[in-house]
Order: sequence, then structure tokens, then C-alpha cells
Amino acid sequence: MEQFEKIYLYQRIVKAKLFIDTHFADNIDLDNISDQAHFSKFHFIRLFKSIYGKTPNHYLIKIRIDNAKILLGKGHTVLETSGMVGFDSPTSFAGMFKKLAGRSPSTFQREQETKQKAIQENPFTFVPNCFVETQGWTK
Amino acid sequence: MITKITHTCIYVLNQDSAYDFYVNKLGFKVHTDAPMGEGARWLTVTPPEQPELEITLFLVAEGAMFDKETVQTMTTLVKKGTFGAAVFSCKDILATYEELKSKGVVFKKPPTKEFYGFEALFVDDSGNWFSLSQMNS
Repeated sequence: MEQFEKIYLYQRIVKAKLFIDTHFADNIDLDNISDQAHFSKFHFIRLFKSIYGKTPNHYLIKIRIDNAKILLGKGHTVLETSGMVGFDSPTSFAGMFKKLAGRSPSTFQREQETKQKAIQENPFTFVPNCFVETQGWTK
Repeated sequence: MITKITHTCIYVLNQDSAYDFYVNKLGFKVHTDAPMGEGARWLTVTPPEQPELEITLFLVAEGAMFDKETVQTMTTLVKKGTFGAAVFSCKDILATYEELKSKGVVFKKPPTKEFYGFEALFVDDSGNWFSLSQMNS
């Protein structure tokens, strides 16, 4: 680890990223995060993007949409999900979801419902037959 | 002709803790989590940027595939770290190392410079070891 200079910089950026991961539903002030990480806002954004390929704001949106997919898969409505992941309006949520996921939240939810129903009714559809036979699972 | 790998297996000793490790710590996505009857479970996860590659978290348990003796042998081998299941790649090994460490992932080797880039080694909750690599650009 001696060959890595400025590891303390990485630790602060990682800490900020983990804060976003756990507080994505809150009204996060990215200026505040950069202050807490003891960086200027410009420096923080530049370092964050160099590590994660996205600005902190774009990363926050991605995490919100990722978590929205989980909530929609669990059966929460689009309206509920929008609020639970920190969007101010369902319209902006739906627009951003479609932009990142390639389809609307309701379409995505229908796909998940169809898949879960298929898993419940015939889980063998999802398992290569070699495993079914070697495991002795009965269709 | 063969075009790609769609499934691979990692032998795990507990599927609940393996789920926690691969999904909550490593950040893999759940592909299929299906009850197969009589307590059996088909659990596959995918790396974040490879949704088409299913990693089967395959429980070492007595049944049609493993008799009691084989389960004991396999359990011993998995626990002692016999199996190096894969090489995972990342864009920034230092950031990934710091994050995984903060989530409780045990590293056998910290990020170390190699001729091809950097490599670290970590183990999963069962004992399987993995290389985490950042290749030279």
C-alpha cells in the first residue's frame, strides 16, 4: 500500500460515495458532502468523476433509479416509489427512469411481475436442465 | 459454435449469507432467486455490467448431487480457501478496495502492483478467494 500516494483522498471520496448510497432518498446537498469531505466543490466533483465515471449528482440519480427498480419489483406503486427514492415529483421520476432504464416505470414493473409469476409457477424455466437433473429436482 | 458463457458456479456454504455478501457487499444484482421445493433454492447473481452472465451461488448440501461424505469434503475445501473462483475487474482498485473493506470484506492481499496493472485478493463468506484486478489502460 506504500506505493499508493494520497490514499487518504480515496478514503474521503469513498466515504462520500457510501453516504450517497445510504442516504439517496434524502434531500442530499452535494455542496455539504464536498465540505464534509474537506474538498472544494470543484475538486470533489473532479475526483469523484475520475473514480466513478460520473459526477456525484449523476451518481445520485443512478442510485435512486437502481433502488426504484427494486421497489417496483416488490410491488410499490410508481407514485410511492418516486417519493421513496427521493424524487420531488412522479413526473420527473418517470422521465428520469425511462431515460436510464429504457422503459417507463410501469412497463418495468409489469415485466418484473411477469417474471416473478413465471418463477412461482414454473421455476424450472430458469434453471439449466443439467442442474435440475444432478440436483434431483422434480419438475 | 460456442459463443459465450451464460452460467458459472460458486460453491457456497450458506445461501443467505452468500446473498448478503454478493448483493449487499459486492454490489451484484439478483438475477433469479427461486424456491425449488423441499428447502432448495436456485440463486443466481450477475456482475453490475454483465447482466447476461449468471453466477450460481450453489449450496454445498446433501442431496442427489452430493452425498454426506462429499459434503464434508467440499465444506472443508471451500472453508480452507481451495477454490479461486474468478478474477473480478474494476476501474479503480483503490476506491473499490476501500469500499469493500469498509463493508467488511476480508482481503488476503491489498492492492499490489503487477506487470499488468494492480491486483488484490479477497475471500467471500464461505472461503472462496477472488482476484480483484485493475488492468493497465
